[in-house]
Amino acid sequence: MIAVQTALASPSLSAPVLRSSVLGVTTASWMPAMESFAPFDVERIRADFPILQLQIDGKPLVYLDNAASSQMPQPVIARLVRYQTAEHANIHRAVHYLSETATAEYEAARRKLQRFINAPDEREVIFTSGTTDAINLVMHGYGRKFIKAGDEIILTTLEHHSNIVPWQMLAEETGAQIRVVPINDAGELLIDEYENLFNERTKLVGVLHVSNALGTINPIKQMIAFAHDHGVRVLVDGAQAAPHLAVDVQDLDCDFYAFSGHKLCGPTGIGVLYGKADLLEKMQPFKGGGDMILSVSFEKTTYNTIPHKFEAGTPPIAAAIALGSAVDYLSAIGMDAIAAHEHALLSYATAQMVEMPGVRLIGTAKNKAAVISFTLDGVHPHDVGTLLNQEGIAVRTGHHCAQPVMTRFKVPATSRASFAFYNTLAEVDALVAGIRSVQKVFA
Amino acid sequence: MANYKALYQEVILDHNKKPRNYGTLENASHHAVGHNPLCGDHISVALNLDGESVCAIAFEGESCAICKASASMMTVAVKGKTHSDAEILIQEFLAMATGKLDLNSPNHIGRLAVFAGVCDLPTRVKCAILPWHTLHAAFNSVASASTEADADPMHAPIGNA
Repeated sequence: MIAVQTALASPSLSAPVLRSSVLGVTTASWMPAMESFAPFDVERIRADFPILQLQIDGKPLVYLDNAASSQMPQPVIARLVRYQTAEHANIHRAVHYLSETATAEYEAARRKLQRFINAPDEREVIFTSGTTDAINLVMHGYGRKFIKAGDEIILTTLEHHSNIVPWQMLAEETGAQIRVVPINDAGELLIDEYENLFNERTKLVGVLHVSNALGTINPIKQMIAFAHDHGVRVLVDGAQAAPHLAVDVQDLDCDFYAFSGHKLCGPTGIGVLYGKADLLEKMQPFKGGGDMILSVSFEKTTYNTIPHKFEAGTPPIAAAIALGSAVDYLSAIGMDAIAAHEHALLSYATAQMVEMPGVRLIGTAKNKAAVISFTLDGVHPHDVGTLLNQEGIAVRTGHHCAQPVMTRFKVPATSRASFAFYNTLAEVDALVAGIRSVQKVFA
Repeated sequence: MANYKALYQEVILDHNKKPRNYGTLENASHHAVGHNPLCGDHISVALNLDGESVCAIAFEGESCAICKASASMMTVAVKGKTHSDAEILIQEFLAMATGKLDLNSPNHIGRLAVFAGVCDLPTRVKCAILPWHTLHAAFNSVASASTEADADPMHAPIGNA
């Protein structure tokens, strides 16, 4: 059993005053804010996650790799088991009981995801295998149809490789050009530079909502409005935002919003692409096969309506249903409460780590999600990762699939602690102690 | 469980802090650069062969402690050895790092046995073997080595996000 202290009970909370309005918390200091989400009971939440009880080589697991993949609570595990035990069949096909049940549950999951991001229409929620798949869908379905030689695609230095490489493939194929929004030393997008990149050839903006490598929360609502003023569509990579912030695609007015299930307490192999219905209607299918057609003959095939046009073959039905259960779970806790708790963890960790000699924080944006990327003087991140693992602490080390960010900060790699709502202040203390012991080994 | 605790031993930390034969080699007869694309680490190995014998060897690069110590101890181990003896050691080290060497049977591993524990850490095996791949490439005048090469015994994608 892990020794934990709750956020509320911690006597050691002395986090600095940080901007928090973006996370929906309006108080200026964290102490009053902590009281305002008194119902947030991290101990009760932790009890829902069987994996958090694990011991790693005799040490309690301190799981701080949530930006890579978050853990699954018991209700979601149970949902998977129930589906496989009593509801499984292929969907949209047969007339028998199990097929009807599976279809109904799959489509119910779609509506849960629709509500989770406040999409106007369930037809605008496409199940994909994940964010990468969703972005590739937009590249093939929208990019290959509407982006031509000489057209320009605006991306940012912060992008994950999954929102770079598909567009490079498209550029290579079509002769389109990629323009890149630079960042400042804090890891924030230079919005003036972004706006200066627009011209009559600009066709699409691809931007991540929250940086996986640095935690920067980008001002995407403002960026989307600017793009729309210039008649340009915007694809948002929301993989790191959906698990940590309340996402409202109507408020953002984004054209596409992509995210993954496994970062959202759901299973791997499932993700979502939200797209505006009128756009999806105009797009060409990504994959061809069963379920995405209305009729097939060797002379002519008629495609199905959205969203089915984009869901060729048998989808990951169990994963989709479990993801529906996961967003129910998160919504019951409340995304604003989750964001506030995670921000308290970030503030507490940041306050300690900025004081540590030999520790360099990479990414110090004013608006940040609960991600701390750092380097230790004289210690390679992979050594940090292996030594922290010996203390039961799971962090990510490497380039985080964001090599342009690493290049910008002139580091080959960083160590990254990324928090979820089930992490505790005691786990932050464990991380800080772990970093000190790594420094001692290399002293 | 894993004996990786033994990995960060004094001898490895010492070679990381004070790497032997670190730097460049004037007029090297053989040279190669090795990359580990998973972490961006790279290491270059240069050597001079006097007939069959390695009379001088040096390495440099940017890497983690495991890789740097492995490279440092490798240069110490192969200096003065013949090309063919060095190749035998390369094969034994690769076998040890991937858990395929019986350390109780006759071998030439010696002090390099401190790296035996790396076989329990699949993601770190590449760190330990990169210098050895690079040395092998240098002997064979291959311009660059990579732990992602087809010949890599640990070739396996390692996840991301």
